[in-house]
Amino acid sequence: MNIEALLASSIDGLMLGFVYGLAAMGLTLIFGVMKVINLGHGPIIALGMFIVYLVATQLGLNPYLGLVIALLLGLAFGIVVYFLAVHRVINAPELTTLLATFSVNLMIIGVGTVVFTTTPRALAIDLGTWQSGVITVLGTKAVAVVIAVIVTGALYAFLYRTRVGKSIRAVANNRAAAELMGINSTWVLALSFGIGTMLAMISGGLLATLFSFTILSGGIYELKSFVIVVLGGLGNPTGALVGGIVLGLLEGITTIFIPVGWVPVIEYVVFVLIILVRPTGLLGAR
Amino acid sequence: MNLWKQPFLWATLLVILVFALIPIVTGSAALREDWLLILLYLVLASSINIIMGYTGYVSFGHIVYFGIGGYVAFFLIQQAGMHLVFATLIGGLVAVLIAVLIGMPVLRLRGAYFALATIGINEAMRNFVANFEPFGGSVGMFFNYEVYTAYGGAKDALWLAYYGMVVVALAVVATSFFVKKSKFGLGLMAIREDQDVAQVLGIDPARHKVTAYAISAFFPALAGALFFFKNGVIEPGPAFLLHRSIEGLVMVMLGGYGTVLGPIVGAFVYERLRSFLITNPTFSSFHLFIAGLLLLLIVLFVTAGVVGWLRQKSPTLRRVLE
Repeated sequence: MNIEALLASSIDGLMLGFVYGLAAMGLTLIFGVMKVINLGHGPIIALGMFIVYLVATQLGLNPYLGLVIALLLGLAFGIVVYFLAVHRVINAPELTTLLATFSVNLMIIGVGTVVFTTTPRALAIDLGTWQSGVITVLGTKAVAVVIAVIVTGALYAFLYRTRVGKSIRAVANNRAAAELMGINSTWVLALSFGIGTMLAMISGGLLATLFSFTILSGGIYELKSFVIVVLGGLGNPTGALVGGIVLGLLEGITTIFIPVGWVPVIEYVVFVLIILVRPTGLLGAR
Repeated sequence: MNLWKQPFLWATLLVILVFALIPIVTGSAALREDWLLILLYLVLASSINIIMGYTGYVSFGHIVYFGIGGYVAFFLIQQAGMHLVFATLIGGLVAVLIAVLIGMPVLRLRGAYFALATIGINEAMRNFVANFEPFGGSVGMFFNYEVYTAYGGAKDALWLAYYGMVVVALAVVATSFFVKKSKFGLGLMAIREDQDVAQVLGIDPARHKVTAYAISAFFPALAGALFFFKNGVIEPGPAFLLHRSIEGLVMVMLGGYGTVLGPIVGAFVYERLRSFLITNPTFSSFHLFIAGLLLLLIVLFVTAGVVGWLRQKSPTLRRVLE
């Protein structure tokens, strides 16, 4: 067992974990506020990838500027999706909202495969590398982590320090009581859906700077988000970040001991076991 | 229950049989392929309906049993030279066994947690099979041509698979009917409406749910065995395709969930629509978009589905349609 290799892949996994965590935070925020599992999350992550890609290749701008555009478009897109697909069935049983958000998934994939085809795309960004012994850190990864941390910090400041953020938490806590306090819950729900979508798009945009992708790539990250969300507890944004880091570390470390192909098997088995044993997540209250 | 006084059941079975006979009478291989797919969807949708429509548990990853049945039967036929019929039945029994083992812990979960867990199980199984060398790993398995000679050549073997699918389709419709009409089925529907109240009324929820789940795992496994025998090749991706699972849910919703006729109508309409869209030059690229839009419209406006809507509209139809 090589301790240096272990360290190298832990750092690599840890860094990816922050980016995974960002997408999962979007998923868990939406669940926490309105008890909706957004099955359109994957294609939305993929849309984020394409926004950054198009900004960089078609407009010739810096891909990191594309993240800002992804942020704004994500927020707007999420609010539109909420009113078109979710609002009418917000109080219906889970099956209904699962299918409603899945229909959004189908529509995005349907249009996306026509517009973008399924040819793999990649952004060639070189921000250099930083090396120390066996540990190599890509510049793009380091920047992705920094951005993920900034976005997380901003989300926290928003949720805990602003009036709108506090109303989101109030609605998540008890919608009826929040309405009695004069909060317009419809707009809070729409805004939460928008923010959740925005986080997914930013995460997708960051992933586009690291890996090659197609319009279908979001599916993998959507499933990772599910695993993370369950690790951290459904509806718990802090849990999502910790869950992301745990999953990233797990992926990094397990690849040393077992063939890469078996890693997803372990991930999903752990996922099902956690749902069974501790449905509130590793961090959640019992 | 007097079997002869069930006109709905007999009429439904007869209509399916008549349609299923079209390819056999005309001897058309193209029609056979069409109808094999329709019957496959019918089996999948009706099975999902037993656990989702009657019991209220949304099994998102139900396709896992289709894949398990397919893989087990394929392995037995290829490695042990077993006959299709026995291999299919063993595939179905293995799926039932796995469904019982998985169902006992997982069916304790409710709502979204159950749906998520079933997705996790399907993905775990797909990745497991993709790494499991006896099943050919990520490239899967394929038949040599000699496999079909035991059935009188490839042509006869394909027809045999089709006959098998017809039998499975009729069996699933009859099962779906009897489950709905039985005391057991009433227990399932009581659990769907309110599990805690059902328990107070003396229904054992765990036993009811696991039994319903096992039944709903059996038929897709049989269909999987026949389908991949016909294809002559099986790979982890197509065998455990989460997408097909959700298409099954769409068919149940489209037809009307909790009804016997609903999944049948849903499977037929959805498959016809899908193949129309795929083969139509104008719509082929947009078939996923249209499927999504259709699903959204059903979910938002016609939650009860076609059959459910008809039942709501007319008291006569409510008595006739199950």
